[in-house]
Amino acid sequence: MSSDGGTPVLAVNGLRRAFGGLVAVNDLGFEVALGEIMGLLGPNGSGKTTALNLMSGVLRPDAGTIRLMGQDIAGLASYRIARLGLARTFQLVRVLDGMDCRENIRAGLAFQKPHLTAAEAELRIGALLARVGLAGHDQRPAADLTYIDRKRLELARALAAKPRLLLLDEWLAGLNPSELAIGIDLIRSLRADGITIVLVEHVMSAVRALCDRCIVMSSGRKIAEGLTADVLSDAAVVKAYLGGVAADA
Amino acid sequence: MSARIAGIGSLALAAIALLAFVPRLGNAYYLALSISLLQYTVLATAWGMFSGPTRYVSLATTAFFGVGAYTVAVLGEILPWPLVLLIAAALGAMVAGVVGLSTLRLSGVYFVIFTFGLTELIRQLVVWFEVNKSRVLGRYVFVNITQADIYWQLLALTAAVFLLGWLIARSRLGFALRVIGEDETVAKHCGINTTFAKVALFTISATIMTLVGAIMAPRWTYIEPSIAFNSMISFQVLIMALLGGAHRLWGPVLGAIPLTLLFELLSARFPNTFTIILGCIFLVIVYMLPRGVAGLFERRSAPSAKTTQRVTA
Repeated sequence: MSSDGGTPVLAVNGLRRAFGGLVAVNDLGFEVALGEIMGLLGPNGSGKTTALNLMSGVLRPDAGTIRLMGQDIAGLASYRIARLGLARTFQLVRVLDGMDCRENIRAGLAFQKPHLTAAEAELRIGALLARVGLAGHDQRPAADLTYIDRKRLELARALAAKPRLLLLDEWLAGLNPSELAIGIDLIRSLRADGITIVLVEHVMSAVRALCDRCIVMSSGRKIAEGLTADVLSDAAVVKAYLGGVAADA
Repeated sequence: MSARIAGIGSLALAAIALLAFVPRLGNAYYLALSISLLQYTVLATAWGMFSGPTRYVSLATTAFFGVGAYTVAVLGEILPWPLVLLIAAALGAMVAGVVGLSTLRLSGVYFVIFTFGLTELIRQLVVWFEVNKSRVLGRYVFVNITQADIYWQLLALTAAVFLLGWLIARSRLGFALRVIGEDETVAKHCGINTTFAKVALFTISATIMTLVGAIMAPRWTYIEPSIAFNSMISFQVLIMALLGGAHRLWGPVLGAIPLTLLFELLSARFPNTFTIILGCIFLVIVYMLPRGVAGLFERRSAPSAKTTQRVTA
């Protein structure tokens, strides 16, 4: 690891993006340290996904910097950002339906440098399938997978790139309680591998279980930041995000 | 696997060696028909090489074909033949590179319309240039190339196209194109430089089409823009590739052969209603065979593959 403890994996500063008159992300700033799981919360339309899209290069920011391991990636093309060690999943799960599970994961690692040999790649793919709980599904077309297995496959593809930073966009949404427990364990286990994670999530039990710290957005702005327990009990957050209801949806 | 590759490879070599004897049959009609078959095989395969994996529907085939034909019309008498082909290929690659960089950001129907417009644009440019600068409307092509020479060149090009397509399909570039065809956003987030990959393959495909135009040009002794840039070629190639199945390297040839024969028959029997029949054929293909003839074969073989899996498991 070239990173010392001092450089945050991700440092966002003064980030802004407007769509016409609507400022979707407004002066957003935060840091994520190595090995940390950072929750990015907020009601629908608060700018979370826009923020993820700015970090992963889908959108160009109007202003601000995004530093990945100290390097400014704001405005770079997605493929460059991906090669610098940022991987993500999508709010609406995106797997390559016309390909089998192995090929889906191969897509995640084939375009990263240094290139692996074919044998190394096959070994990695097998390990990743096992890692996300898809062992034995190698040749299965992605289109035939169940919802949670599609999520697993998408995660395996993101992990294939050996990312330094992983952005998970509501990866746990739509899972039933037992699947949720499996999903939480899986994400928790990633931290042990030294992967730093930004988690956009509405499932509060998962946020409590996983996130070291959280920031909360509302109308494009950061309205709270701190340790998860503190943030979730913050009066302003409860008002903006949970509409005053007890913070345990 | 490598034994299978060697088997298919030697089979292909044998087929090419056998096909090389067609001009020796001494039948001018069969030779002419074989030239048409090869021409459309190469064009449809080249079309499928780009449009198959990426699912970008291109109607620019005519544009590149015409650039090739016109290069021969202008330079054919002045320069040695191999050099003329080389220049044609380079011109086609250049046009494709510029067009690709400017249009492959367009998606879906916009790309289709642009490529169609491109053909017309290049045709009008050539007309303008010929009328205002060279002060001719058409050009005579006097080169020392026989029908048999055309046939052999096309056969060599066919072999080269299949070899190239096979190599690309096995390469990282080929895999990148498949990922792009599946989901371009995901492709970008996997670290694929999607613009480069698309332009590269578009250029390769277009260069081959340009070479076909150049090789075919001596077949006509007289060339004018409406002959070289006949947009019907774009549509025919599209229909052939779709009928065969553009998602496989060997798919388009399955469409090119029957449709070339059919078009040959129809254009001789029903010269006036030919385009109407063409349109109907296109509709039928899209409705009945969305994955082409190649898709039919796959559907047949897929259940048997599953049973074998179950048996061995």
